[in-house]
Amino acid sequence: MLEIKNLHVRIDDKKILNGLTLTVKPGEVAAIMGPNGSGKSTLSYVIAGRQDYEVTEGEILLDGVNILELDAHERAAKGLFLAFQYPIEIPGVTTMTFLKASLNAQRKQRGEAELSTPDFMKKVRAAADKLGVPQEMLRRPLNVGFSGGEKKRLEVLQMFLLEPRYGILDETDSGLDIDALRIVSEGVNALRSPTRGFLVITHYQRLLDHIVPDVVHVMSRGQIVKTGGKELALELEKNGYRDYVTEAA
Amino acid sequence: MAAVHETVETVKSVDVDAYKYGFVTDIESEKAPKGLDESTVRYISAKKNEPEWMLEWRLDAFRRWKTMTEPDWSRVHYPKIDYQDLYYYSAPKKMGDGPMTIDDVDPELLRTYEKLGIPLREQEILAGVTTSRVAVDAVFDSVSVATTFKAELNKAGVIFCPISEAVHSHPELVKKYLGSVVPVTDNYFATLNSAVFSDGSFVYVPPGVRCPMELSTYFRINEQNTGQFERTLIIADKGAYVSYLEGCTAPKRDENQLHAAVVELVAHDDAEIKYSTVQNWYPGDSEGRGGIYNFVTKRGDCRGARSKISWTQVETGSAITWKYPSCILRGESSRGEFYSIAISNGRQQVDSGTKMLHLGKNTTSRIISKGIAAGRSDNTYRGQVFAHRKATGARNFTNCDSLLIGNRCGAHTVPYIEARNASSTFEHEATTSKISEDQLFYCMQRGLSAEEATALIVNGFVRDVLQQLPMEFAVEAQKLIAISLEGSVG
Ligand SMILES: Nc1ncnc2c1ncn2[C@@H]1O[C@H](COP(=O)(O)OP(=O)(O)OP(=O)(O)O)[C@@H](O)[C@H]1O
Ligand SMILES: [Mg+2]
Repeated sequence: MLEIKNLHVRIDDKKILNGLTLTVKPGEVAAIMGPNGSGKSTLSYVIAGRQDYEVTEGEILLDGVNILELDAHERAAKGLFLAFQYPIEIPGVTTMTFLKASLNAQRKQRGEAELSTPDFMKKVRAAADKLGVPQEMLRRPLNVGFSGGEKKRLEVLQMFLLEPRYGILDETDSGLDIDALRIVSEGVNALRSPTRGFLVITHYQRLLDHIVPDVVHVMSRGQIVKTGGKELALELEKNGYRDYVTEAA
Repeated sequence: MAAVHETVETVKSVDVDAYKYGFVTDIESEKAPKGLDESTVRYISAKKNEPEWMLEWRLDAFRRWKTMTEPDWSRVHYPKIDYQDLYYYSAPKKMGDGPMTIDDVDPELLRTYEKLGIPLREQEILAGVTTSRVAVDAVFDSVSVATTFKAELNKAGVIFCPISEAVHSHPELVKKYLGSVVPVTDNYFATLNSAVFSDGSFVYVPPGVRCPMELSTYFRINEQNTGQFERTLIIADKGAYVSYLEGCTAPKRDENQLHAAVVELVAHDDAEIKYSTVQNWYPGDSEGRGGIYNFVTKRGDCRGARSKISWTQVETGSAITWKYPSCILRGESSRGEFYSIAISNGRQQVDSGTKMLHLGKNTTSRIISKGIAAGRSDNTYRGQVFAHRKATGARNFTNCDSLLIGNRCGAHTVPYIEARNASSTFEHEATTSKISEDQLFYCMQRGLSAEEATALIVNGFVRDVLQQLPMEFAVEAQKLIAISLEGSVG
């Protein structure tokens, strides 16, 4: 279980999260929707362990253990994965090299044997085929010159490869064309299992048509202001956030 | 991929501040008395039974050296070197002087080389995992201890031996070429080397011969307070090809040790020489104590038409590096290349680069330099590109990138560009960047520690140059990069 309890976060004296509480159970897909600037990406960074944020109060528990003291790479090895809203370019490092380095770094932290090159290649090919990522792309430097949609696909490919316990998808749908949206969603659905949870951040119902959530949270000004079932997303699509934004004030 | 992984492994397995090659081999050595005067030069020459002409050459250099002053134009700073407080000759004692077979070599020495991972015994090489064939000429302090693969090279007509041996066996070649690229009076350190050089490699590849294997020298400085003055001379005759690898390590020491080598390359018509260096001498501790002073003169002469000389270097060691492998592009349509990775960490100071001197028509050159500065180090690229009035159609491309890790280090680029004719084209690109927090976080989110992430990003940064290295060397270089960046993050 991923539990976020009364989380207060600030950066350079600016308060961004204000006592946010949220739980993602194993097997659950939870969606977060909310206006621009409400703190959704900040939440995802803080869960993943980005350093420049200051947590002034609250805790984040992974299966009952507080992970706030862990470095980002340790959290990753414990099974936390973040698909970035804006994936980062790393010149000169081929995608394939990066994938293998990350996978083996995690395995090593967990005391597992490294994957042999043939086993690794097999795994990558399977994931790439599933997500419609051409092999040629994997030989290019990571994210360099990739289109917006290609970057997003690659994020999901990485999630496929790393098989996290909890996957956070930050606006993975933005930038995807109609077919890609379907392919990527199918990919995520294939990963759904009773032991794996997802936190899906999105602005649009269309993603939730494909990845049907168990719960929908509305976030505003650094708090969860409303929680409901999948119909909540439909309602938001129709009426916008005005009801909830004022509620939070 | 495997290499990247190994990099990552290595980072993990080594402690900060632990110089992997910091061990001392306990063997007796024979030294010249401390200090430097004419008798030291005579001592060295006598030890090697040198002919009169060689002694005269040395003495001439020594007399000139006494009239010279140490240069101070580079960006490096170091306490004044007391040239009278050094030993200028040191040889492992049991070995005597003449040529020998591997079985004569002190087993202690062999163990040292084993620790360094050098395949000294031919059997070991042949039994190795890869099918690579490397002939090794190992220099232990001042004497070449063994040369492998000699027989096979002989068959091809390639001469590969210690230069001290070449003085006896091929005096006409040595006389003709020694000092013909780096003149005796070229610079302070080269002149000193000319007077007291102890040993080094000699290579001659006859016309039309492609050297059947990579040639390699590993240098190792063992004896305390011993200056090392190798002298390497490589000649590729018309249409010949040779690839030469130079690797260096030195044990951990508190006092600084002087290293002033001279390397001369000569390429005749249509010949090609590829010279690769991986240098990881002791850089000193994190406070800047100890470490090697590396003042090296390396120069290649593209004497013939369409000849080509290419320098590739990975510099991660030494407290101070002062080094500018250069090409004199004399032959028409000759080509010079310089590919460099220079990494500095802790308190290291690097002032390195190249000179491309275009003298012949339609000569071309290419410079790719990647400087990485971490810790409190200083990393300067200094490069000169010059086209003579007669060097019409000369072309140069320079790309010079610097990467900073942390904010207490410095990177500097000092290009000197001069074209004396209107038909030359020189291109110069330079960038300076930092590893961003975003990049680090992204890698760490995928499971890499900060150090692993840094090594990965740096390996990406230097990829263009790594690709120029022979395969085995590239893997070693990646490991070295990781090791030398230890403690640079966090
Ligand atoms: N490093 C920072 N320095 C200052 N302000 C920041 C920083 N990072 C985020 N913020 C601010 O925090 C607020 C929340 O940003 P965040 O990116 O979390 O919003 P979001 O909900 O993901 O928005 P969007 O829907 O547009 O992606 C914004 O007002 C943003 O400007
Ligand atoms: Mg966002």
